[in-house]
Amino acid sequence: MELTQNYIEPQPLLKTLSWVDWAYALLLLFGGVFAFSRYGAYMDAYEKSFLLGAVAGFSWLGWFWKPVRPLLVGIAALSLFGISQYHGDLASVDHAFFLKFFVGSQTAIMWMNVLFVLAMLTYWGATFSRSMFVGKVATGLTWSAVLMGFTGLMVRWYESYLISPDVGHIPISNLYEVFILFCLITSLLYLYYEGRFNTRQLGGFVLLVVNAGVGFILWYTFDRQASGIQPLVPALQSYWMKIHVPANFIGYGSFSLAAMVGSAYLLSQRGILTSRLPALEVLDDLMYKVIAIGFAFFTIATILGAMWAAEAWGGYWSWDPKETWALIVWLNYAAWLHLRLVKGLRGTVLAWWALIGLLVTTFAFLGVNMFLSGLHSYGQL
Amino acid sequence: MKNHTHSRLREIYDLLSSMRFAVSLLTVLGIASIIGTVLKQNEPYPNYIIQFGQFWFSAFEKLGLYDVYHSGWFIVILAFLVISTALCVYRNTPLMLREIRSWREHATEKSLRLFSHQAEYATTLTKEESLPKLQGFLTAHGFRFKTVDREAGDVLIAAKAGAYQRLGYILTHAAIIVICIGGLIDGNLPFKFQEIMGWKKIETRDLAADKVPAISRLPVNNLSFRGNITIPEGSQGDVVFLRMRDGYLVQELPFAIALKKFRIEHYPTGQPKSFESDVAILDPDRKEPFNATISVNHPLIYKGVAIYQSDFQDGGSSLSFDGWQLASAEARPFKVDGKVNGTVTLTTSGAPLTVELDDFRLFNVLNLSSDGKGKPHNVGPSVTFKVRDAQGQAHEYLNYMQPMQLDGRTYFVSGMRGSPSESFRYLRIPADEDVSIQGYMQWHALMSDPAKAPILAKRLADKVLQGEAGAEAMRPKFINSVQQLLGLFAKGGFNAVADFIEKSVPANEREKAAQTYIRILENVAFEAYGMSREADGKPAPKTDEATLAFIRDSLNSASDVFFYGSPFFLQLTSFEHRQASGFQLTRSPGKNLVYGGSILLVLGIFAMFYVRERRVWLLVKPGTQRVLFAMSSARKSRDFDAEFERFKGRLQQLMQQ
Repeated sequence: MELTQNYIEPQPLLKTLSWVDWAYALLLLFGGVFAFSRYGAYMDAYEKSFLLGAVAGFSWLGWFWKPVRPLLVGIAALSLFGISQYHGDLASVDHAFFLKFFVGSQTAIMWMNVLFVLAMLTYWGATFSRSMFVGKVATGLTWSAVLMGFTGLMVRWYESYLISPDVGHIPISNLYEVFILFCLITSLLYLYYEGRFNTRQLGGFVLLVVNAGVGFILWYTFDRQASGIQPLVPALQSYWMKIHVPANFIGYGSFSLAAMVGSAYLLSQRGILTSRLPALEVLDDLMYKVIAIGFAFFTIATILGAMWAAEAWGGYWSWDPKETWALIVWLNYAAWLHLRLVKGLRGTVLAWWALIGLLVTTFAFLGVNMFLSGLHSYGQL
Repeated sequence: MKNHTHSRLREIYDLLSSMRFAVSLLTVLGIASIIGTVLKQNEPYPNYIIQFGQFWFSAFEKLGLYDVYHSGWFIVILAFLVISTALCVYRNTPLMLREIRSWREHATEKSLRLFSHQAEYATTLTKEESLPKLQGFLTAHGFRFKTVDREAGDVLIAAKAGAYQRLGYILTHAAIIVICIGGLIDGNLPFKFQEIMGWKKIETRDLAADKVPAISRLPVNNLSFRGNITIPEGSQGDVVFLRMRDGYLVQELPFAIALKKFRIEHYPTGQPKSFESDVAILDPDRKEPFNATISVNHPLIYKGVAIYQSDFQDGGSSLSFDGWQLASAEARPFKVDGKVNGTVTLTTSGAPLTVELDDFRLFNVLNLSSDGKGKPHNVGPSVTFKVRDAQGQAHEYLNYMQPMQLDGRTYFVSGMRGSPSESFRYLRIPADEDVSIQGYMQWHALMSDPAKAPILAKRLADKVLQGEAGAEAMRPKFINSVQQLLGLFAKGGFNAVADFIEKSVPANEREKAAQTYIRILENVAFEAYGMSREADGKPAPKTDEATLAFIRDSLNSASDVFFYGSPFFLQLTSFEHRQASGFQLTRSPGKNLVYGGSILLVLGIFAMFYVRERRVWLLVKPGTQRVLFAMSSARKSRDFDAEFERFKGRLQQLMQQ
């Protein structure tokens, strides 16, 4: 009898949509049309297609994963509010109340940092107290952090155009900015699986790696004073950046998430926190799903990178250190997937491999910029 | 015997097409790739010799470590990867295609009962009633099916969904092969082959392009290449240079490129915003030249050759300098004219010295704030040159044309180093109140002139001893010691003075003596400054803080000049900028294969991960009024288990209504 209640006739996505879904899509469409009518003259064909793609893509994402709808609407509302407070003057950030304490880009990003730290503590609190309520608070904090982070990026995007129209660019062009992107994407991926698997027990683990990113952002802001907006070097002035970088960070974020799930797996297997973590096979399954997503996007990102390289550097593959390390990361996870999909391997070995994979990924992301020189030396420490 | 060989071949085939081998290859390839990222590739060979020493240099050269990704062994690993993948595709594709097409409708009841995922239902429905229900259920869940009659009136529905998951395997692996082949076409394999056959050879001598012999030239019809050329404004080029190991090859082009103008635009902050070259393509097949602008991210593709903006350098700017003597009493500058990449020989200071003009830069964005937190800004043009003596010893200099603000004061700055591995040490020469270097240089000449020392000493005596009691008695001694001090300073700056104090003053009085000497030096230097201005017909210097600071800076500079390594100071006075643009030209016919392969790869990956292959069998047995349900998937997962449970419950429901 229980089974019959669980059963839902399969339906295509389009038939399951409610009026809220359609209203959301309509809102996105309206936003897209507005942006096009206002800024279309400054866009090239690729950017126009990205705008169209963003409307379609985010509509679909919101339909597929409902919490995206309020998130996107929230980001739009907060960002528009923030932008309105500038009155076209960059200096407003120092005296306009809301910008100074709430939605100015640096402030919003600081809020994101604070919320991520709180979220991590709360998740661990939930794990140890086994409290459902505390867990819900942690989830709420993470969503708020994501909201503030994206708002910060959006406002920063606008700020860059206030500096000078030719300086303006999407804020994913240096290490400070992509670290924010990394924190946001990793958290979003986690939040998706938190909903899908209905478990908050991994939050503490995943937020660890997110907070490592937060630590870096803080160090970069306070010690290196490197949080300012810099104009783009000629090689980066390309529409490719808008797709290559986010695709890459979906990859990096997924691999980091998988490593944290892997570490939870290894701990649980040794009897540590076992009763507070999901079952081993759930962790194993999650690890596979995340690596699969990461691998798919990392492949796309690398291909896009090759196409961009062919346009900017004269060759789709130059064995530049960054390219080579991207290949090494790719080979690493290709081997992981072979073992799992073809050999049917499960469990400990793969968990260790995913964890060590994080080292390889981190080196590709950061180590190359720190220790090796090459064409990709934009994000230097 | 024949059988034996056959089984050996079979073993090799099995090994090469095995998963174990493939995963090992992936790992080996990954590790091999690391080498080339740790060791900087394609540097000039002397750099490696300096880094590793002769022994290890030769060892690493034999291993091909300076160009890992084009070395024989690396290509062999890649080739094995292609072979292994190809065999894997060859071995599995027929099986998989059969699997994709097959309905597996021959599954027996017995075998179905052995499935790990199976259930059996009792039903009161007739065959005619249950079949449409079951088929409707399958269709609703995206299954395609085939219904076959079995013995004793039984009916089997064999259904499948997501059969294209297997296509994913084929696509991804085929993609790897296609991408590797594309890459190999664009790699240097064809040249390697010609080199092994002795048909082509790398040129290692430094020759002009048209002097390079045919054996090191690649013809216009060469399939793929990637090379560079630097063209100065107003010149043209019709070949590119392909760098190979410790030499190069010359690739001929089907056209010539003429550079009309090269432009750099800057942001307000001084960082470069764009690099653009206005070029004309001179093609024998066209009457008129083809004009185009090439910039970063916007290459020009002409006759299948892609032309990229790659770098820029000086194309032979004309430079004029004022040469100031540093070791003589000559107070007027001599003129020096030269071109970047050219040399000028100067004999003004006795033995001939050669000035090699290496580079001119119009913009230099520097951060001059003392804490490094200020904003970087453009400090104007600079020139780098070497001064080489007859023995071949050289010092390298970096001179800025305009004075800079440093610690709140204005200086002309020149960097000097003895070898490229050192960093520059800077000489700061204070600018006078007209922001010119002349004030210092004339002062310096006066201070260096032994003939002027008595005059200076007298002037100082007149001023200092005026109105003092017993002045006349002290005067000769005073003049004498000032003259001696001037002589010391002219010989070796503050160091010579310090040495003198060390030698002739008791230890407990040194500090005081040093202070006295410095005060005297400052005073006499002030007199010298006044005198040099008188000679120029300028008013006497003011006795304020600014002048005092200038005098102190001047004394420091004059002291540092002894370490400057050159008997003259070259101050850039004017220039005519001529730039050269660096282009990279490529022809890469493999690119389309690589891109095509990439599309296959992405399609394959998504098919593999997100198409879920499942099979369902429903055996309707009217005789016993039972229905047998079995389900299988090549890839067992939690999702599959959950779906089986859902199906099981729903079918139960359906069979009871």
